[in-house]
Amino acid sequence: MTLFEHLPVLVVIIPLLAAPLCVLLDRPVLAWLAALLASWATFAATIGLVAQTASGETISYYLGGWAPPWGIEYRIDTLAAYVLLIVSGIAAVVMLAARTSVAKEIPADRAARFYAALMLAMAGLMGIVATGDAFNVFVFLEISSLSTYALISMGRDRRALYAAFQYLVMGTIGATFILIGIGFLYMMTGTLNMADLAARLPAVSNAATISAAFAFLTVGIGLKLALFPLHLWLPNAYAYAPSMVSVFLAATATKVAVYLMLRFVFTVFGHEFSLEQMALHYVLLPLAVVAILSASLVAVFQQDLKRMLAYSSVAQIGYILLGLALMSPEGVTAALLHVFNHALMKGALFMALAAVMWRVGSVQLTDLAGLGRYMPWTLGAFVIGALSLIGVPLTAGFVSKWYLVTAAIDAGWWWLIPVIAVGSLLAVIYVWRVVEVVWFRPPNPALVDQREAPLSLLGPTWALALANLYFGIHADLTTGTAETAVASLLGGLR
Amino acid sequence: MADFLFSPGLWLILGGLFFAITDRRAWLLLIVVAPLLALLTVWLMPFDAVWSVSFLGHELQPVKSTATGRLFATVFSLMALAGGIFAWRIASRLELTAAYAYAGSAVCVTFAGDLLTLFVFWELMALGSTLVLWAASTEAARKASIRYLQLHLFGGMLLICGIAGHVITTGSVLFEPMQADTLAHWLILAGFLLNAGAPPFSAWVADAYPEGSPSGTVFLSAFTTKTAVFVLIMGFAGTWALIPIGVYMIFYGIIYALLENDMRRILAYSIVNQVGFMVVGVGIGTEMALNGAAAHAFAHIIYKGLLLMSAGAVLYRTGKRKCTDLGGLFQSMPWTTLLGTIGALAISAFPFTSGFTTKSMIAQAAADQHLMYVWFALAAASAGVFLHAGIKFPWFVFFQKDSGLRPPDPPANMLLAMWLFAALCIGLGVWAEPLYALLPFPVTYEAYTGAHLVAQFQLLLFAGLAFFVLLPMMKRTLTITLDFDYFYRKFFYMVGMEFSTQGERTMARFGQYVDRQWQRLLASAFRHHGPQGVLARSWPTGSMVIWVAVLLGLSLLLYYA
Repeated sequence: MTLFEHLPVLVVIIPLLAAPLCVLLDRPVLAWLAALLASWATFAATIGLVAQTASGETISYYLGGWAPPWGIEYRIDTLAAYVLLIVSGIAAVVMLAARTSVAKEIPADRAARFYAALMLAMAGLMGIVATGDAFNVFVFLEISSLSTYALISMGRDRRALYAAFQYLVMGTIGATFILIGIGFLYMMTGTLNMADLAARLPAVSNAATISAAFAFLTVGIGLKLALFPLHLWLPNAYAYAPSMVSVFLAATATKVAVYLMLRFVFTVFGHEFSLEQMALHYVLLPLAVVAILSASLVAVFQQDLKRMLAYSSVAQIGYILLGLALMSPEGVTAALLHVFNHALMKGALFMALAAVMWRVGSVQLTDLAGLGRYMPWTLGAFVIGALSLIGVPLTAGFVSKWYLVTAAIDAGWWWLIPVIAVGSLLAVIYVWRVVEVVWFRPPNPALVDQREAPLSLLGPTWALALANLYFGIHADLTTGTAETAVASLLGGLR
Repeated sequence: MADFLFSPGLWLILGGLFFAITDRRAWLLLIVVAPLLALLTVWLMPFDAVWSVSFLGHELQPVKSTATGRLFATVFSLMALAGGIFAWRIASRLELTAAYAYAGSAVCVTFAGDLLTLFVFWELMALGSTLVLWAASTEAARKASIRYLQLHLFGGMLLICGIAGHVITTGSVLFEPMQADTLAHWLILAGFLLNAGAPPFSAWVADAYPEGSPSGTVFLSAFTTKTAVFVLIMGFAGTWALIPIGVYMIFYGIIYALLENDMRRILAYSIVNQVGFMVVGVGIGTEMALNGAAAHAFAHIIYKGLLLMSAGAVLYRTGKRKCTDLGGLFQSMPWTTLLGTIGALAISAFPFTSGFTTKSMIAQAAADQHLMYVWFALAAASAGVFLHAGIKFPWFVFFQKDSGLRPPDPPANMLLAMWLFAALCIGLGVWAEPLYALLPFPVTYEAYTGAHLVAQFQLLLFAGLAFFVLLPMMKRTLTITLDFDYFYRKFFYMVGMEFSTQGERTMARFGQYVDRQWQRLLASAFRHHGPQGVLARSWPTGSMVIWVAVLLGLSLLLYYA
């Protein structure tokens, strides 16, 4: 066996082992270096996985050589590789910027543990995606969640503690629900392997226990992906976490939860059960619409830019769920595209805010008047990310909105178009507020001596901003992968 | 024919970007070179050349050369050139950058072979024009630019929804002639018409344009409405609904221009009026009518540019824009007076000006199709045009009472730009063949027939007479009651009713009502979604958990049901 064959487990093991290493090294720079290397190695390994699964193959890896359903199976198909790529790619970019930002925001004696927690969070998220075992999902979910609570609590603002505590309570409830759901499934089928579950569930699908399992799983996952109205933990968590954590979480955590939703809905339960028997879309669709409109409107009135982006994330998750609720391959493709593109845009936006935070020490809109004069590059990248968020053509955001609109029309749901359009219009408004203040207002006197952010922050910001343009123009890359993933995920739908 | 082609508009956009990083002396070079390069690219491109690429599984044609497109691209480039020369000394960096990007996007629209490319440059135009307006840097301009942007983003939204629908139903994203038959096509049409200043959104033209800087308004007048005419010609030729819409625009423009006191607002209303003529032409849809619409757009850009330049020169020298504050300027601004009057004659279709050789083609097309009422309306409107733009503007600004102002003529660069356009106005009036040769269809039309000359002179004479007879009423520009007007009683009774005082009061009440409801809606949105609103504040953990329970309960209910 060559190392190459172990890629499915390496993408989880590398960050998992990097975490204790960071603690052992215990010096900010060394820990950062270890985390940086680990994240890039993981990223490289993920690219290997993407290449292997690009045309729809599935890699099955037996952990410790135990064959499923007794042993734990890691199962990487196109969809999993696609989400792994998002997580590890964002982590790699975040790590580039982390040293500068963390040195400013985290006390030096805690920095090593910060990196350790970040690596654990990454390992958890990667594990959730890589594993083909339902109970293993729960284990990784807990690893990522617990480390995320710790990460959020390290924010400079005292409110970060309360935000972390609330997230802990809500996250634990979510995880418990998921565990209950998995437990019910195990009770009824006697297996935990997802593929095995999928094979055995149809025989017992009329049992009330299965329905209950489905309810617990969807609500539990809904909590983790900030489904409206279960999103209430999210704004504070994103707003008060350290800047790097905000970037990482906003771009990855909810995306992995979306992956989990897709996995359970389509692979484990199957679309016939989930959508036709259980009519999940009746729950998702109205909530998604309300999320798009209401959360966007809240974002319009926010003064704290991180909170504004957090609410915008809730709205964007609404778009993703909308795609899901369309119950068509086109809709799910649109959802998957938006998962990827939203990671890019929110990554770029939060990264730009991290640079602003580093220089100015605040992301309150009122403090940033005229900042465009002093930090043109940072805020230029912010504008690109914002255009993508709105869905302007030639940006990544346009591609997913386009797919969403086409999918909606294809499904004959014309009335969704105004919803999407109004959501975009609200995005124009909340983005324009920022553009107006930072570019057109006379400068805030407190900002006089500000300069551009250092290259270590600017570089990653621009890398993400340019990625928004790149994937807006060369959209065939993402759409092709998403379509392949959906084809293998849905198989016989329609 | 998949080879790469360089869209001519990109020269202007590139030029615009260079304005941002060079100084005023280098600007002069850019102002001249960028439009000339664009013109050169337009005319060196082989006819029917196409550059197609594949994007998201659709065939795009970012550059496609058509006869109509070349015509519009030519006049847009000329406009950028003259506007740039006019603006050189007074425009801010932002204004010139935005104006050239705006002009370039307009040229790119005329070369767009697919709806997606069209949409991208359409939105870029909206952005560029907003910034041109914004660059006037007055509070009024800032507010107007935000209203302007909102409206155009709304139009863009209609357009993109329509485009999406079109792509779904036809499977093609190419910009081909279409019928207003499906919802998607109606949406596209609505998006186009919004930019043309069609009802019910005609007001944005006169709301936004007069707030621009003296040079900014010149740029603004040319591109947005005329690209709309271009896309209507390309997409919706012969759509019957366009005829009543166009007629409405014609009279809307005349009536409001007659009521107006601000010189640049008069000219802005006159844009709606003139674009109305073109929209009618598109609606008639015969070769003659389309030729007329295209030729009229060409001529209109030039004389309206000239008129707004003269108005801009006056504004620049006096700082005043109300007719009641101006007058008697011919004594110290003889050249501006002369050139402005040439523009005024051209817009009135005075023989030997470009208006005469172009506008009458549309009326002729209506006659050829036996659209009697349309023909009547157009003829009457021609008199109305002479009233509000042909006489009212020059009379109140340059002649009438002496306001005591003695401003000098504007700087040489402004005069040069005006001379350039005035020469074109006369040139195309005397020798229209070169323009006719550019038109999309072969021209069989002869402007200088005895009957046409006599008819036009009669029309202008009687309209002129009416103006001076009614002069006392014209002066009290804000208190004119339209019912007195001979023309309205005879021809525009219906329209007159709409704008009569009673109607106005109702409209005002309705406006207030809408405004109040809107305020209430905003307040309610703020109450619930504002920083302290129930949807935005941080919740106690317990309440969050309640939501979890509620959702779980509902899910269980749904799944068991």
